[in-house]
Amino acid sequence: MTVVLEGRNITQDYHVSGGLFGGAKTVRAVKGINFSVEKGKTLAIVGESGSGKSTLARIIALIDAPSGGDLLIGSEKVDISQKRPGPEMRSRVQMVFQNPYGSLNPRQKIGSVLTEPLLINKPEISAEERRSLAEAMLVKVGLGPEHYNRYPHMFSGGQRQRIAIARALMLNPSLLVLDEPVSALDLSVQAQVLNLLADLQEEFGLTYVFVSHDLSVVRYIADDVMVISQGEAVEQGTREAVFANPTHPYTRQLFAATPVTDVEAIRARVAKRQAARAAV
Amino acid sequence: MAILKIRNLTVRFATSTGSFTAVDGIDTEVDRGEVLAIVGESGSGKSVSMLAVMGLLPDTATITADEMSYDGHDLLKMTKAERRQLIGREITMIFQEPIASLNPSFTVGFQIEEVLRLNLGLSRRDARARALELFKQVGIPSPEEKLGAYPHQMSGGQCQRVMIAMAIASKPRLLIADEPTTALDVTIQKQILDLLMSLQEEYGMALIMITHDMGVVAETADRVVVQYKGRKMEEADVLSLFEAPQHPYTRALLAALPENATGDRLPTVSDFFAEGAQ
Repeated sequence: MTVVLEGRNITQDYHVSGGLFGGAKTVRAVKGINFSVEKGKTLAIVGESGSGKSTLARIIALIDAPSGGDLLIGSEKVDISQKRPGPEMRSRVQMVFQNPYGSLNPRQKIGSVLTEPLLINKPEISAEERRSLAEAMLVKVGLGPEHYNRYPHMFSGGQRQRIAIARALMLNPSLLVLDEPVSALDLSVQAQVLNLLADLQEEFGLTYVFVSHDLSVVRYIADDVMVISQGEAVEQGTREAVFANPTHPYTRQLFAATPVTDVEAIRARVAKRQAARAAV
Repeated sequence: MAILKIRNLTVRFATSTGSFTAVDGIDTEVDRGEVLAIVGESGSGKSVSMLAVMGLLPDTATITADEMSYDGHDLLKMTKAERRQLIGREITMIFQEPIASLNPSFTVGFQIEEVLRLNLGLSRRDARARALELFKQVGIPSPEEKLGAYPHQMSGGQCQRVMIAMAIASKPRLLIADEPTTALDVTIQKQILDLLMSLQEEYGMALIMITHDMGVVAETADRVVVQYKGRKMEEADVLSLFEAPQHPYTRALLAALPENATGDRLPTVSDFFAEGAQ
């Protein structure tokens, strides 16, 4: 299998000014993380807020330059602090953000949202063709060509996330970085969007980096799992290995905290509560 | 014995495009010391019905009900002054966004002491002592120091603990928690749910848990009401609901949980409503 994405010892430092009296500090948000993802696979990055998972996602999506380490897209080493990535590289990696209410410009029509990436990165495409590509993409993500001239406020959260996914796919990327794409959505809408992502992955042979804090979603969608805590990858492995036999204490803690909807567990809890009440 | 009784509650909002019915004929009852979960997706009216109980809806809302009573007191006929005797003392509420629920310009200590002075009539000194006691009870680390902290200096989980401390300050008999853990990480969520459940048992208060998360329901509820588009779809004790859901919508919600996925695809609500229509 071909490796689409590889990270070698990636680090990210943030410099925090100490204000008027304190000294400046350096915070290491990502502390030397290694990973690789094969074509058509999904790597899930799991962690809590502040763990550095979104920082890593921004590095992979070529938004921020890492402070250290190498990032390889395809087999090509990319360093955006040295050289701005060209249209070709931008087309390869695209991103979908967590909050579909914040990631779409309220004054921009959906058609313009979808055609803008083409306008910037593939100026040779004619306006007419751009429009037909955008309309085709709307159909692909489960919307319709009639939505081309509408504004974001006319759509629900799930529909907006579909639009954000459509925008990311307009340039035919090989790698999609999804930063908590379903955590702002209702359960049933979440199911629809996860289904859509699975369909698109199959159709276009997409590779996903899926950032999430929800282990049940990760278990459903991931091939490989990386658990991050305080900027370090504390556990890495295939989904089966990580879920069957979590080795790091933090991973176990994460599993223990995840609510169980299993009937037997509920039965045990209800019985315990009744016993506690009877004792009073 | 029911502490809160609601019969045929309807809430309409006047909008620029006409009247919108957010809650459509809901009946609910909560017993003393019971944990009731109200589950639904956004737009199901699960928060609105409880905001109606609290009297927190804006003037654009029209509330009608055959009965809405707390412990024998008719909430509909009550004057504002009478309601204020109940709300914040006997009935309290915590909200989804703990950081947004606190005033950023005052220390959390000042805010909780204000509650204690106004609602319980404590003196400044007594309020201080009680605030410290409450902070210890809800498990805020180094509580003395934290009384002087501003909301932005605390994490989301800690802010929610402050909100809980305020809500239990008057030893309420009914606590309404509106998505109390939605904005929090899963490990923090577990801590907050454990805290709420232990307080609920200690005080024997009734707890209404408004949530969209079936996992939270499974971990906390005695009884569950499932709402969809302002209507009640199903009501059952927690075990029967998970074991043998009756309504297609409940079945859809349970099937949409990724951990229950059997095949490659997750079933969606429309799959189940199609089945229900047949």
